[in-house]
Amino acid sequence: MKYALIPLLPLIAFMINILFGRRYIKDKAHWVSVPAVIGSFILAVSAFMDVKAGNVINIDIYNWIASGSFKVAIGFLIDPLTAVMLIVVTSISSLIFIYSIGYMHGDGGYYRFYAYLSLFVFSMLILVMANNFLLLYFGWEAVGLCSYFLIGFWFHKKSAADAGKKAFIVNRFGDFGFGLGVILIFLTFGSLEYTHVFGHASVIAGKTINFFGYDVGTITLICLLLFCGAVGKSAQLPLHVWLPDAMEGPTPVSALIHAATMVTAGVFMVARCNPLFDLSPVAMNTVAVVGGVTAIFAATIALVQNDIKRVIAYSTISQLGYMFLALGVGAYSAGIFHLYTHAYFKALLFLASGSVIHALHHAGHHDEQNMQKMGGLKKHMPTTYIVFILATLSITGIPLFSGFFSKDEILYRAFLGGGLGKFLWFLAALAALMTAFYSWRLIYLTFHGKFRGSDEHEHHIHESPKVITIPLWLLAFGAVFAGYVGIPPIFYEHGDRIGEFLAPVLGHPLGHGTHAEEIFVIAVSILVALAGWFIAYTMYLKKTELPQKLEARFQPLHKLLFNKYYIDELYSKTLVQPMLRASDKIFLGFFDGRIIEGVVNGVPSFIASFSRGLRRIQTGVFSSYALVMAIGALCIIAAMVFWK
Amino acid sequence: MVPLSWYIMLSAVVFSIGVLGFLMRRNLIMVFLSIELMLNSINISLAAFSHYLQSITGQIMVFLVITVAAAEAAIGLAILMAFYKNNPTIKADEINLLKG
Repeated sequence: MKYALIPLLPLIAFMINILFGRRYIKDKAHWVSVPAVIGSFILAVSAFMDVKAGNVINIDIYNWIASGSFKVAIGFLIDPLTAVMLIVVTSISSLIFIYSIGYMHGDGGYYRFYAYLSLFVFSMLILVMANNFLLLYFGWEAVGLCSYFLIGFWFHKKSAADAGKKAFIVNRFGDFGFGLGVILIFLTFGSLEYTHVFGHASVIAGKTINFFGYDVGTITLICLLLFCGAVGKSAQLPLHVWLPDAMEGPTPVSALIHAATMVTAGVFMVARCNPLFDLSPVAMNTVAVVGGVTAIFAATIALVQNDIKRVIAYSTISQLGYMFLALGVGAYSAGIFHLYTHAYFKALLFLASGSVIHALHHAGHHDEQNMQKMGGLKKHMPTTYIVFILATLSITGIPLFSGFFSKDEILYRAFLGGGLGKFLWFLAALAALMTAFYSWRLIYLTFHGKFRGSDEHEHHIHESPKVITIPLWLLAFGAVFAGYVGIPPIFYEHGDRIGEFLAPVLGHPLGHGTHAEEIFVIAVSILVALAGWFIAYTMYLKKTELPQKLEARFQPLHKLLFNKYYIDELYSKTLVQPMLRASDKIFLGFFDGRIIEGVVNGVPSFIASFSRGLRRIQTGVFSSYALVMAIGALCIIAAMVFWK
Repeated sequence: MVPLSWYIMLSAVVFSIGVLGFLMRRNLIMVFLSIELMLNSINISLAAFSHYLQSITGQIMVFLVITVAAAEAAIGLAILMAFYKNNPTIKADEINLLKG
C-alpha cells in the first residue's frame, strides 16, 4: 500500500536528520527533508486522484494492540475529507520547508529544525489518515509534542522556552478531555474504529449516562469531551492563550502551526466525527457559540496589537472561530472549505511577515517585529508587499479572492441557522469588519508611510532571496485561486465542487435560503470588508494622527484590548499562582519534605542508630570474647547435663 | 594404684586453672601458658583413659595434641613478636584494634 509512505517519508527524514544531523548532515538537512515532504505531496495528489475516482481506502496495516476485545490497528482511512486534508498539509508543508532553507540559513540548530519539522508533518499526517480514534489520539499528542519542540526551538531564549511549555500545558487541558472522550467512545461502542463507531452512532442516540449525578446524553458527553480537545488544539476560547505566545518560534513554524499542521487538527477532528455531533444539538450549539464568540473576541484583540506576528496569530484564532461556527451550524464542508482556503492565505501572511522580519533583522533592526517601528517597506520589498496585499484581499473576503468564497459560505450557513444562527452571523460579520480593519492596518503600518527606524537601517533593507520569494508566489497563487473550487451555486451552478466532493463524508448542510437572503448575506460581507478597509485607510494613511486621538479618548478600552482582556493575568492569578503556591507548600514542603524525605532519611538513620548499639559488643579485647565463649560453652554443657 | 577419678579430677583442676588464667591474665605470655595448661590437662585425661581402657588410641591423640600445641605456640609467639614491633605492648587489654 503505497499511501502508507505519505506519513512514512517525513518520519524517515526525521530519523535521518535526528540521528546523523549533528555530525554529518549539518546545514544540508534540507536535502533530506524537502524531498521527503515533496514526495509525500506527490503521493497525496495521487491519493486525491484515487479518491476522486470514487475509491475510499480503508486498510489496516499492522495490529497495534490486541488485548481481549480491545483491538487497535495501525490503519489508514483515505476518504474525501482526508484527501483534502492531505493536499492541504503536504502542499503547505512543502512550501514552508523550501522557504525555511532561506529563512533558517546559518542557524546552529538547522538539522534539528528540519528534523522536528519533518516529525511535525508526520504527526499531522498520521492524525488525518488514522482510521481509528487511538491512532488519531497518537497523532494528536505527537503534534502537541512537536509544537513544544518547535515553539521552544530557540530554547536559550527564556520567553521561547516558556512559550513552548505554555503551548504544551494548555493543550494538556484540552487533551485530557479528548482522552476521556476516546475512552468513553470505547466504553460505549466497544471499538475505536471509525467505521464501527459512526455506523453504530444512531443506535446509542438517546441513551444517557450518569455524570456527577446528572443524566447526560452519552453522545452529548462524548462530543463535548472531544470538543474539549479541539478547543485546546485549535486555540478557541478559553484555551486560546498558547497560540499568540507560540509566535516565539521561528516564523516558518508559526506558518506551519497556523496553516497546516496543528490548529486545523481540531476542526478536522470535529468534521471527522460529524456523525456523532449530528446527533447532539447541545454539542453542536456549543461548538457554534464557542466558534462565533472566539471569532469576534480574537478579532477585537488583533485591532490594537503592534507585533506583526501577533496580529496574524489573533487573526488565526478568529478565523478558526469561523470554522467552528460553520461546523456548529452543521455546514461541515463549509468549515473544511474555509480551513483549506485559510491554510493558503494564512501561510502566505506568515511567510511574508517572516520575510519582513528576516529583512529587518539582517538590516540590524532590533525591534524587528514591532509594526510601529516599520513603515515604507513597499519600495524596498516589492514582492513581499504584493503577496501581502493578495493574502490580505483574500482574508478580508474581497470578492473573487479565495477567502471570499469560503467565508461567505460560512456566514450564509450561519444566517440560515435560526435565531442563534442569526446572532452568531451578526458576531461573525462584525468580526469580518474587524478582520478587514486590522489586516489593512497591518499593511499600512508595515509597508506604507515613512520608515520609522533609523536611516542607516533603512539603507540596508533588501528584498528576501529567491528561495523565500518563490514559495511566497506559489502560496499567493493558492491564496487567490484556492477558493474557485467552491463557488456558491448562486453565481455558477455546480460551482461548489468541494462541497460535493466532501458530501459523502460530511453530508449536505440542512436548509435552503432564498436567493434574496443569500444576496443579502453576500452584500453585507462585501460591505463590511470594504468598510473595514476604508476605516483602516482613513486612520493609518490619511489621518495618521487619528489612532492616537482615539487611543487617548478610549484609554480603558484600548488598554483592555491591548492587554488581551487580561486573560493571561487572570489565568496566572487564578490557576498558575495558586497551583505554584500549593506545589510549594503542600507538595514540596509537606509531601516531599516530610513524607518522602522522612522515609528516605528515616530508614537509614534507624539502621545507623541500631548498629551503633550493636557496635558496643565488639570490644576488640580478646579476653571478653573468650569470656563469652566460656560462658557459652558452660551453658551448652549445663544444658546437656540437666536437660534430661 | 591411683584410681582413674583422681586423674580426672587433676585434669579438671588444671583445665579450670588454665581457663581462669586465659580469662584473667593480662600478660600475653601468661595467656599462652594458660592455653598450654588447658591442652596439657586434656593430655592427662587422654593418657589416663588410655591406660584405663587399655587402648593405644588415647596416647596417639596425646602426641597429636602436643604437636598441635607446639605449632600453635610457635605461630602465636611469632605473631606476638610481629605485633610487638608495631605496638610495643604485651598487655591483652591494650590490644583492641578490632574495637567496633
